[in-house]
Amino acid sequence: MIDGGILLSAVTFLPLVGAFFIFAMVQGDDEAAQRNARYVALYTTIATFALSLFLWWNFDPSTADFQFVEDYAWLGENIRYKMGVDGISVLFVVLTAFLMPICILASWESIGSRVKEYMIAFLVLETLMIGVFCALDLVLFYLFFEAGLIPMFLIIGVWGGKRRVYASFKFFLYTLLGSVFMLLAIMAMYWHAGTTDIPTLMQAKFPFAPIDVFGFEIPGGMQTLLWFAFFASFAVKMPMWPVHTWLPDAHVEAPTAGSVILAGVLLKMGGYGFLRFSLPMFPVASDLLAPLVFAMSVIAIIYTSLVALAQEDIKKLIAYSSVAHMGFVTMGIFTVTVQGIQGGIFQMLSHGIISSALFLCVGVIYDRIHTREIAAYGGLVERMPVYAVCFMVFTMANAGLPGTSGFVGEFLTLLAAFTVNTWVAAFATISVILAAAYSLYLYRRIIFGKLEKSALANIVDMNRREMSYILPLVALTILFGFYPAPLIEIHDVSVQKLITTYQQALAEAGRLTDLAGLTQ
Amino acid sequence: MYSAILFLPLIGAIIAGLFGRMIGHKAAEYITSALLVLAALLSWIVFYDIGLSADGTKAKVELFQWITSGRLDVSWGIRVDTLTAVMLVVVNSVSALVHIYSIGYMHDDPHRSRFFAYLSLFTFAMLMLVTSDNLLQMFFGWEGVGLASYLLIGFWYQKPSANAAAIKAFVVNRVGDFGFALGIFGVFAVFGSIDLDTVFAASAEQKGKTFEFLGYQLDIMTTLCLLLFMGAMGKSAQFLLHTWLPDAMEGPTPVSALIHAATMVTAGVFMVARLSPLFELSQVARDVVTVVGATTAFFAATVGLVQNDIKRVIAYSTCSQLGYMFAALGVGAYGVGIFHLFTHAFFKALLFLGSGSVIHAMSNEQDMRNMGGLASRIRITWIMMLIGTVALTGLGIPHLIGTAGFYSKDAIIEATHAVHSGVGNYAFWLLVVAAFMTSFYSWRLMFMTFHGRSRAEPDVLKKVHESPQVMLVPLYILAAGALFAGVIFSGYFLSDSDGTFWKGAVFSANGDKVVHDMHHGPEWVLWAPTVMMAAGFGLSYLFYIAAPWLPGAFAKAFRPLYLFLLNKWYFDELYDLIFVRPAMWLGRFFWKTGDGTIIDGMGPNGIASRVMDASGRIVKVQTGYVYHYAFAMLIGVAMLITYFMFAGGAPS
Repeated sequence: MIDGGILLSAVTFLPLVGAFFIFAMVQGDDEAAQRNARYVALYTTIATFALSLFLWWNFDPSTADFQFVEDYAWLGENIRYKMGVDGISVLFVVLTAFLMPICILASWESIGSRVKEYMIAFLVLETLMIGVFCALDLVLFYLFFEAGLIPMFLIIGVWGGKRRVYASFKFFLYTLLGSVFMLLAIMAMYWHAGTTDIPTLMQAKFPFAPIDVFGFEIPGGMQTLLWFAFFASFAVKMPMWPVHTWLPDAHVEAPTAGSVILAGVLLKMGGYGFLRFSLPMFPVASDLLAPLVFAMSVIAIIYTSLVALAQEDIKKLIAYSSVAHMGFVTMGIFTVTVQGIQGGIFQMLSHGIISSALFLCVGVIYDRIHTREIAAYGGLVERMPVYAVCFMVFTMANAGLPGTSGFVGEFLTLLAAFTVNTWVAAFATISVILAAAYSLYLYRRIIFGKLEKSALANIVDMNRREMSYILPLVALTILFGFYPAPLIEIHDVSVQKLITTYQQALAEAGRLTDLAGLTQ
Repeated sequence: MYSAILFLPLIGAIIAGLFGRMIGHKAAEYITSALLVLAALLSWIVFYDIGLSADGTKAKVELFQWITSGRLDVSWGIRVDTLTAVMLVVVNSVSALVHIYSIGYMHDDPHRSRFFAYLSLFTFAMLMLVTSDNLLQMFFGWEGVGLASYLLIGFWYQKPSANAAAIKAFVVNRVGDFGFALGIFGVFAVFGSIDLDTVFAASAEQKGKTFEFLGYQLDIMTTLCLLLFMGAMGKSAQFLLHTWLPDAMEGPTPVSALIHAATMVTAGVFMVARLSPLFELSQVARDVVTVVGATTAFFAATVGLVQNDIKRVIAYSTCSQLGYMFAALGVGAYGVGIFHLFTHAFFKALLFLGSGSVIHAMSNEQDMRNMGGLASRIRITWIMMLIGTVALTGLGIPHLIGTAGFYSKDAIIEATHAVHSGVGNYAFWLLVVAAFMTSFYSWRLMFMTFHGRSRAEPDVLKKVHESPQVMLVPLYILAAGALFAGVIFSGYFLSDSDGTFWKGAVFSANGDKVVHDMHHGPEWVLWAPTVMMAAGFGLSYLFYIAAPWLPGAFAKAFRPLYLFLLNKWYFDELYDLIFVRPAMWLGRFFWKTGDGTIIDGMGPNGIASRVMDASGRIVKVQTGYVYHYAFAMLIGVAMLITYFMFAGGAPS
């Protein structure tokens, strides 16, 4: 482990400092106060992003060890404040910090009430999300993971749309379900291993001898139970079919920036959790239950793609397509091959860019016409040519066109799936047809056709502020489509180590059949 | 130089696309066209260097790394051998001519710089496809041309039919790509690489071996080739995946000439030829290629017989001719198939651009029933179309001389006969009959458009005018190709695959037996296509000049058959019924019933209503304040922390 001063804590808590600053210094809710709150939030998030880039720059991709580690006694000697990043987590920190200033900019004019509180909520949320990816202690992780829901609730519940209460209620029920189990599992792990230190637990080798529960024999024993407990939480977060139904409602009701964070970062916590906990800590159970994950992933991909085809609400359509895209992530990760896991990580990062961009695009027209109904639009290219081009890039990226970042992750995960199970690959590949269909069908109904609706007659193209955050996303989508190496090389060694350890564990458990040839 | 050929069109696309508004339409048109002309000239130099000159060798340029993960290592690169050089010439020449032609054709369109940007973008993607050194870059080009095709078909975005056609083209192509993608995965799973040379070198060992695919033990090479061929069927609009091509005619006519006749739709043919070392290892796969090709050639020709839209006739003709090419590839005559691709590019682009000139003259009328008698009014266009028609129908005298189609199409028919197999004979007879129909519908088009009495509205007729020089000059060049490409190049293309022209760019496992045998077929085989060509002309003359009442009488007498053909064998209706509607229905079902009734009903909503039954106080939660949930969460976290604090000493 490489000691790294306080850089990680600085990246994590700088937004909190900004939030405190707004809380303490900005008074009232008049024009000036609102402006101050916005600017403080913007500068704080930009500074955080700069710090995260510094982190990326100084990250050493040649080692699989955790870097920038900080380790202090916290709640007694056993539960410590321990932070650190490896190749798998470092880019999620950067992604979070990157999306935040965009969120602030996207809320610049669309949020008119309680601006101060809104900005505080977002800054607190940023701290908690970055914390999730940095925490190297289970309790610390759980704290960040669960506490992050509070600002998200507030963002949906206070600044959301008409059915915001229903949406946040649903969100609450689902997540509660997941987190209760995870909490139990954390306790069990603590009882068993005597520590909550994540790097130690990754070597803990939890027992996998079958155990008997109420007369049912559980293969994989304790590992299986723990695996399911974590799975409950991560599957909801991903979200995987069939626990995905909170997502469309949450997206629809959330303000634009809320959707961006939801799709861009929060969904990635599930995938990150699988990589950080399920695979390394419960390898036998992961291997045992991989077919279940494959089945759920494939169903998610086809089912939600078809549902997306039938949507009449723009945000719901994109939300459902997100579920489908996350299906590739879980499918890839559980192949436990280099291409599968690297593809899964890349898919998460790329989806963080593309789906965020799509939600931002929706926000642009929602701010003008105040409806998310697809049928209310049509012919926008006439008056919004720049917008039409940007939206086209993201639509094509969403449909996985080679040359956009959307292709790379899908390709790698499907490639990996083929080497493990051709059925899985064949079913999942159907999405190349469905994704094209729902993406282009959406684009056609919004952008093409005649501009006939009177509400659209005076609609204007994107302004400078909107372009300032949409155009960089266009550039990144294309850049990483042609040259994805920066987002792949960095986790090469970490992923290799993850797979090697996983296979060793399986070999010790006598479960390793002829996998050696498949993992390269 | 290779990089220049590849990137000049991209530069043009970027200039016209991003800065079109700034520099104006005229500048955008001239810049893109000039860059394309330059690229075309360079392509001919490359073609000479690598193909025609005896001491040329293939070249490779590696650009930069693309996707690297584990043992997968893919780079952007340029690979140029004779096959690529042929494609460079075809793509860039036709593209340059279409660019120039479009300056005239799109003269009044308010978005023409965008149009030119798309054309150049298409050209770039197509060049990436034909120069690729691995399957993934080929797939990139493959999807890239699909994107450009989508954008160009839907160029007139206000037309609902154009938008629908654009989506249909993209999605149907994606059905083919489904197979292509699986094929790439399979190649990687088997060979551990998708680099062409690596795969070719290792492929012979896999012959006859089996692997598990979808639960069955299948022959490796057959499975992989058929999956890849599925992609080719989509892109080249072969039988079952052909439905998008006729609809694609919604795009501006220069687009039809470039993309849907000369270049993009031939990508499938190129792909099979490029992968000939793999296809040579599976007789089954090649038989499938032949059968699909011959069936398409026949099927599309039957539909072409009765269409009334001038562009759709040519579109079905394209579909049919692509079938010829595949039939040739399937019997192992790769050079012959590519030769037809080469000559077809000239005369089919000529026919499309010529029909564009007709449409231009007729104030955008495309229905041939409203034409007739135009020969004297637009004489140059008529001559050009005439040249295209004789080239397509294969006018010529065996052993002596003929038009481009005479050399290439007749060679295909001879090749299918020369293999002396069941599949070969199936293809031979279908192709011979198709040659008859080709001649019939081509002359039908000529007669209905240019001859007989005019059926146009008087005010349309008054405005009929010859196209400007900028549109005619490209026609002259293409016409020269349509007349002479056969006689000049047949010696090169119809040679051994490891000879001085091909230099191993295509591969034959049995020493080009077919190519040798086809030159020594029986005399009647040699004459069969020529006779069919003449018969088709004769019947067409009878139907549309000598006895114009005959077609109507026939249509009445064989009404079911006529409707069957007119409605394109009812494929669109069938697909709508078995794919499109069920998909939409399933989507709604999963959404309303799956998500709504089942998941939400048993999950959150169900729990909610039960909770509400149980306690009136909780109703507040449902109607109310998010803060409560937040509070609940906070308490949860606090309890956890407290627990651990008190349990401070580890229990282990």
